[in-house]
Amino acid sequence: MFVYLDNSSTTRQHDCVTDLMVKMMRDDFGNPSSLHRMGVTAEKALKSARKQTALSLGVGENEIYFTSGGTEGDNTAVFGAWEAGKRAGKKILTSAVEHPAVLEACRRLERLGAQVVYLGVDREGRIDLQQLKDELTEDVILITVMHVNNELGTVQPLEEIGKLKREAEKRWGTRILFHTDAVQSYGKGPVETDRWGVDILSVSGHKIHGPKGIGALYIRSGVHIPSLVWGGGQEKGFRSGTENMPAIAGLGLAAEITVEGREERIARLRELKARLLSGIEDSLPDVRVNSPLGEDCSPSILNVSFSGCRGEVLLHMLEQKDIYVSTGSACSSHKKGSHVLSAVRLPDEAVEGAVRFSLSEYNTEEQIDFAVKELAAAVESQRKLRSAFGKKKR
Amino acid sequence: MTEERNTYIVRCGEVALKGQNKPYFERMLVERIKKVLKKFEGIEVKRVEGLIFVKTPADLSKDLVLKNVGRVFGVDSISPAVEIDISEGDAEAILDRIGHAAVEYMQKLIEEKGVKTFKIDAKRANKQFPVESPQIGRIIGAKVLIGCKVLSVDVHHPDCVLFVSVRRGLAYVYEQKVAGFGGLPLGTNGKGLVLLSGGIDSPVAAFMMAKRGMWIDAVHFHSYPYTSDRAWEKVQDLAKIVSQYCGRIRIHSINLLPIQEEIVRNCPEEETTILVRRFMMKIAERVARETDCLMLITGENLGQVASQTAEALVVTDASVQMPVMRPLIAMDKVDIMKIAREIDTYETSILPYEDCCTVFLPKHPATKPKLQRILESESRLDCETLIGAALENRETVTIYPED
Repeated sequence: MFVYLDNSSTTRQHDCVTDLMVKMMRDDFGNPSSLHRMGVTAEKALKSARKQTALSLGVGENEIYFTSGGTEGDNTAVFGAWEAGKRAGKKILTSAVEHPAVLEACRRLERLGAQVVYLGVDREGRIDLQQLKDELTEDVILITVMHVNNELGTVQPLEEIGKLKREAEKRWGTRILFHTDAVQSYGKGPVETDRWGVDILSVSGHKIHGPKGIGALYIRSGVHIPSLVWGGGQEKGFRSGTENMPAIAGLGLAAEITVEGREERIARLRELKARLLSGIEDSLPDVRVNSPLGEDCSPSILNVSFSGCRGEVLLHMLEQKDIYVSTGSACSSHKKGSHVLSAVRLPDEAVEGAVRFSLSEYNTEEQIDFAVKELAAAVESQRKLRSAFGKKKR
Repeated sequence: MTEERNTYIVRCGEVALKGQNKPYFERMLVERIKKVLKKFEGIEVKRVEGLIFVKTPADLSKDLVLKNVGRVFGVDSISPAVEIDISEGDAEAILDRIGHAAVEYMQKLIEEKGVKTFKIDAKRANKQFPVESPQIGRIIGAKVLIGCKVLSVDVHHPDCVLFVSVRRGLAYVYEQKVAGFGGLPLGTNGKGLVLLSGGIDSPVAAFMMAKRGMWIDAVHFHSYPYTSDRAWEKVQDLAKIVSQYCGRIRIHSINLLPIQEEIVRNCPEEETTILVRRFMMKIAERVARETDCLMLITGENLGQVASQTAEALVVTDASVQMPVMRPLIAMDKVDIMKIAREIDTYETSILPYEDCCTVFLPKHPATKPKLQRILESESRLDCETLIGAALENRETVTIYPED
């Protein structure tokens, strides 16, 4: 049985998305910038995808820009906010558990003179709001905090962050841009940019059963940041480059699909996740749940450490049975461990034995039960071998 | 002057020392050179009086030819040369023609490299030619001075040495002697089986044996799922690089995990690595026998790791009857790394994937194992069955050099 539990890494495209993309590649392959009829058709498809995407995020069509994915969106937001704000201030607040697309951009800015504070997190990956409040000084120009963490599933308190941001703005008379990387939460919960007070938001296609290599960036109207990619002037001059029409169309369709039946889908994901977790806890002792519980966690992500095991070995054992998961831990002595698992101060053994399960609407109860069974067998076999090792002495 | 062809003089090094076997080795070398240049059209390879001459179309890049021929084992050096037809005319006319070619050659050199000083090194390989070597050198030298006004002679430290070789019916002018690897042509010294891990050492060991004319096949041990498929991919990549020099390599990939599990369950922890290595050797010996390999090859290096102390090597070696070649045994790591960089395996080798030996690493490995004790531990295991099972489940992949 093929069981894919690595949806936070990437998802399988809906068949209708793939079909649409193939049709665009085969038949409607025009360039939206062309003056002739084929260009006009392509431009129509572009508009339609933008509308679908905007609707899925509850924002205006003129606030959506297509990018090559989450990473480009994050980079655009971080570097753009810096360029726009650096004359007013040099301080940026982010979290220690961000995706490298944000962290590396921030590190780059530090070399350009920015002062970046990487806010600490608690044992479940939630940022320290008190520390945020204390760090909201006069020269803060950007706050960038991801909505849902990809490794643990932790949901960050965006509404509270937004509130603190507005208070700071009022107090100092400054303008602070608030960006969130919503790549992991897109399609798995409502997006409330107004309630959160979020100015910029990045999402990507391949986490919602859409294509890889495409994403969207929401920029609140009235907010102006400079472009990252310059050229022919596409996307209202903000993001040049011939539009990846098949992928954009695919993204639009996938976005539309996330809207229908969202509540039911989320409830179902929570059920499957609960089934997975109880299955694991019932079959195995000495497991540690690293993800937060309940509403504070994404409905689809579950991170668990299995003592006496190596995550990567479990991964390979499961793959032998056609079950696919992910680890955040290093595989050999050469690679560094996950920065997220270190930020939550997980002990080394737990980091080594950590496995991430991330579900999708395509998983079934049968698959979950099968995975639990195989997982239990794999963990037991590894634990047995490990305990035998070192038992026999002269 | 001959028509538009490029000429290369290829010198056989040690091959020339072989006495009675000389023609055989030369023939093998010609075959190897032909094979490596097969992908190009219009190539001619000929043996003449102890040298090999390669002719290619003029538009074939010199660098490409040098790179390809330079990789052939048995080649000591290669000289891109200009060939001059001297089958007609008297000595004076011949020297004129040679001089003419030499001048043209030097002019090109002046343009390309800006040489200012030169010296002629002339040799009369054909003793029938009426002018003696030193005199040839003086005459050609004079012609070059006249033809290339900017040059002057410096017999001690010239910018370039121009070689002139007068043979029967043909003469050659050349300046470079591009070093090859030396060694002996592939196929002149049997076949060996190398124990190929993903590390730096074993590909170098394979290369060194191949350089002495030995065909190479390989056996690779993994511990999937404790080691990753990526490690296996890396080993195939390494084999591909090595195959550029050694020719086709057949890799037998064997899962050692069941054996490691048995060892862990039944034998003392500190002996794990040595026991595992002995099994690896035994399995390799079987594979070698099945595939007509005469000897095993490993990248073992004295003292590098716990399993390669002198005592440990004695114990490992005792596990097989077949001769085991360890070309790196007395080399320093830096020298091994140097070769690895030269043959381009270094970058691929150091990529961070675990191999089967690091999966079950005892905290305190035995560094001076005694054979008696090891044999006793081994006797707790059903070695025959374990080895048989490992061999049965092997995966074989053939790696061809890039075409």
